[in-house]
Amino acid sequence: MNGILGRKVGMTSIYDESGKNVACTVIEAGPCVITQVKTQSSDGYNAIQLGFGDKKEKNTTKPLQGHFAKANSVPKRHVVEFRDFSGEKELGDEILIEDVLLEGDIVNVVGTSKGKGFQGVVKRHGFAGVGDATHGQHNRQRAPGSLGASSYPSKVIKGMRMAGRTGGDRVKLKNLRVLKIHAEQNILVVKGAVPGHKGSLVIIEK
Amino acid sequence: MDAVKFVQEQNITKKDFPEFQAGDNVEIVYNIVEGGKERPQAFRGDVIKWSGEGATKTFTVRKISHGVGVERIFPINTPNIIEIKVLKRGKVRRSKLYYLRALVGKRAKIKEKRTYK
Repeated sequence: MNGILGRKVGMTSIYDESGKNVACTVIEAGPCVITQVKTQSSDGYNAIQLGFGDKKEKNTTKPLQGHFAKANSVPKRHVVEFRDFSGEKELGDEILIEDVLLEGDIVNVVGTSKGKGFQGVVKRHGFAGVGDATHGQHNRQRAPGSLGASSYPSKVIKGMRMAGRTGGDRVKLKNLRVLKIHAEQNILVVKGAVPGHKGSLVIIEK
Repeated sequence: MDAVKFVQEQNITKKDFPEFQAGDNVEIVYNIVEGGKERPQAFRGDVIKWSGEGATKTFTVRKISHGVGVERIFPINTPNIIEIKVLKRGKVRRSKLYYLRALVGKRAKIKEKRTYK
């Protein structure tokens, strides 16, 4: 699996070759640094660890400072592991968009969705609600309805979908097309929306 | 937001269209796809509003066709617009001419702005 780390910048729309207006997300992707190389012999599996986004040395613990110093890198804010990264990669190598992606590629994008707080079942689980405002309904248009049967089983079964904290989860969106790559500016444009708020970390997998 | 602006600027090609504003009578010639083929088509009417900023700016043109009001929104940066002709400059007192939707006949007519030398 190849991939790169990035920062969601925001959304806009661009025109494709046929003149169609396409909604897209702008991602500042890379440059990333390989902070660790794992191999079959030393770790039991092959993987590389990428670091993205600088952070101050004073905000980094001593053990982590040592970890980044091994790769001759300044401390990185985000560190993510990719299994079975293709190509020969050395510790301390820089990874740019061009090394991983081409225009027109299909990618998966992982992000942390926007936190929405305590939400009811209609927003959280897509319940349809009651559907009628009259015929005896009083302030229960968005209520969940029955939670199950009565004396048997005399309990609410586990996993019953109810209201609660919504959003802020790791979400993977699959099969997004790479529309544009501006390699010099480290800018990546993918079709459609991407999970998370502006400025949040996104993992682009290929 | 600079990266977003950069992406937009790379995508659009600046065209030399005349300046116009709400109230002006314009003719837009644009490409439409019909049966897999492209052909130009003209849309003539009054500009009733400008909306948006930068690369995603749009304007709305309204005309009365066979007694039915028709509005069409054009993004100014779309590659499909071939030509824009300003036919008349209108004399209006606001930037959004929504009031025209409620009017028919002679009342829905915009006075022409005349400039004398």
